[in-house]
Amino acid sequence: MASALVIKDLHVEIEGKEILKGVNLELDSGKIHVIMGPNGTGKSTLASAIMGHPKYEVTKGEVLLNGENVLEMEVDERALAGLFLAMQYPSEITGVTNADFLRSAINARREEGQEISLMKFIKELDANMEFLEMDPNMAQRYLNEGFSGGEKKRNEILQMMMIKPEFGILDEIDSGLDIDALKVVSKGINKMRSEDFGCLIITHYQRLLNYIQPDYVHVMMQGRVVKSGGPELAQRLEAEGYDWIKQELGIEDETVGQEA
Amino acid sequence: MTTQMKLPVDQQAVQAFSQKNEEPSWLSSLRLDALAKAEELSLPRPDKTKIDKWNFTQFAQHTVVSEVFASLTELPDSIKALVDIEKQQNIYIQRNNTPAFLSVSDELKAQGVIFTDIITAAKEHPELVEQYFMKDAVKVDEHKLTALHAALMNGGVFLYVPKNVEVAEPIQAVYVHDQKDASLFNHVLVVVDDNSSVTYVENYISTEEQSDAVVNIAAEVIVKQNARVLYGAVDNLAAGVTTYVNRRGIIGRDSRIDWALGLMNDGDTISENVTHLVGDNSFGDTKSVVVGRGTQKQNFTTKVIHWGKNSEGYILKHGVMKDSASSIFNGIGKIEHGATKSNAEQESRVLMLSEKARGDANPILLIDEDDVTAGHAASVGRVDPLQLYYLMSRGISQHEAERLVIHGFLAPVVTQLPIEGVKRQLSEVIERKVN
Repeated sequence: MASALVIKDLHVEIEGKEILKGVNLELDSGKIHVIMGPNGTGKSTLASAIMGHPKYEVTKGEVLLNGENVLEMEVDERALAGLFLAMQYPSEITGVTNADFLRSAINARREEGQEISLMKFIKELDANMEFLEMDPNMAQRYLNEGFSGGEKKRNEILQMMMIKPEFGILDEIDSGLDIDALKVVSKGINKMRSEDFGCLIITHYQRLLNYIQPDYVHVMMQGRVVKSGGPELAQRLEAEGYDWIKQELGIEDETVGQEA
Repeated sequence: MTTQMKLPVDQQAVQAFSQKNEEPSWLSSLRLDALAKAEELSLPRPDKTKIDKWNFTQFAQHTVVSEVFASLTELPDSIKALVDIEKQQNIYIQRNNTPAFLSVSDELKAQGVIFTDIITAAKEHPELVEQYFMKDAVKVDEHKLTALHAALMNGGVFLYVPKNVEVAEPIQAVYVHDQKDASLFNHVLVVVDDNSSVTYVENYISTEEQSDAVVNIAAEVIVKQNARVLYGAVDNLAAGVTTYVNRRGIIGRDSRIDWALGLMNDGDTISENVTHLVGDNSFGDTKSVVVGRGTQKQNFTTKVIHWGKNSEGYILKHGVMKDSASSIFNGIGKIEHGATKSNAEQESRVLMLSEKARGDANPILLIDEDDVTAGHAASVGRVDPLQLYYLMSRGISQHEAERLVIHGFLAPVVTQLPIEGVKRQLSEVIERKVN
């Protein structure tokens, strides 16, 4: 079944300062959307607000997943409804192994008594870790603790591959990655690509799009989506930068102030 | 400062108890001497906890006689869960004050290892026990509770590992408290001679949920040269039990002690853990975890004293406080003059789960030598909302997310415990207490 994630007139504040000033966006399963834009334009705020980060306050608007407003749900309910956010700064959690954490996450989606069998879980975990060229020991390491930047990003993709959400939002999944890691992360995202999976990639580097072919590209400035197009838009941004958009729209300062 | 409470046991009773157990004369006179001191000396003064109203001295009876266990299969289920009945060869089980089961492998006996209850040890190995008993680690006349302990000692074990013996399998002791008014004056004496090593794991466990008892524990661990001891403990005594527990180590040259302590009592508790790094190149590592709940008051003082050159001491304490529980965590690293090139490190973390809970972490470094390194870290805080957000963003409920964070927070000690059953039990106790 095709599903849809619809963002309507979303306004978000952090500590009393408005960062998003009416974002409108429609995503469908089966498609990859990319949001680009310079730093400080509200891209990450959008991702965090959709997932329910405790510091962000939604003051207006809706985010509808298959018709249901996820903004009225708790964070875990949003996840169970089908959302996944690969975070820019994943938390480190001492004493909880990566494997135990993942199994809890998978079992949270299953009824009591229907938990995934340990064998099946390990098989799947091993296969996905191998695919992402991760050291098998990382399954038994504490969640993100002492992981390098690249390891954390791979681990976010690993979680997405294990959890298999309807919509994945990837917040700067490419930042801080060397070219090999970027290829591996892209490989993971491309593997997820299917009719049942929709994706929103937030980035300010065009280079990720050398490995992932987007269906739609959007540009954010001043807390709004100011331009949308196909893959050709990303190519033009790569070649010409953002100034032409600013000129076209009469924007002087594209930021909304500090991006948290 | 306080009205003198009359002790419920007099000189005659102590003498009779000592005679009945055929104790050597040194122990009889030590007890009588200690009893006199117990009347005079005042209570210890744990930093920041007022204990003058706590009941350490009034109990219904000094010693109770309980039935023994003919075999491990007779153990009640809650105790059986702690023991690997098939494999655990070296184990002592004490029921209240009664040595209820003992097994020592022939191999250990042949190597000269002694493992038996403390009363029997005093009778059968009087010189050996006398050499160490309350001499260097815990002294009779420190305060009222050490004196009372010496006078009334009615349980515990003696573990002796002679030179050049490496005991591979852990040695286990389980102290079962299953009679509400049984008092426990337990003494653990572990002596490990040169070039030897041993792992000792003990459990104090109440089978009743509510009790009204006095528990006074002293453990002395003497680690001679180039020797190693891993000392694991899980204290799990019921609400209503007032506990004073003092575990101390004396560590010789090139030797090492590792403490892994799960301090899970439900009653008011004063817990002291002191490591004297006496020898050059000695090493002490103390890891403890605590969960406080209900209205209990606790004080945990962990102290490492560096005497030897190039000695290394590490203190790690993690505590979780809920309900109206209140705990003081004192961590003390002390480097004496002359202990050059020593390193004293400590870390105390307290996680608060309720508004009414109290937790204080007090890191203290006392340094009397220039050429050393030292460090401390302490924090008292709540569960990090960003950690919860991260876990919940994967579909994990808030309750389960909190559970994961709390277990993770206590894991550094749990994973240290060398006996699977004890490790599992500590996890289960934590689970029960934090939920």
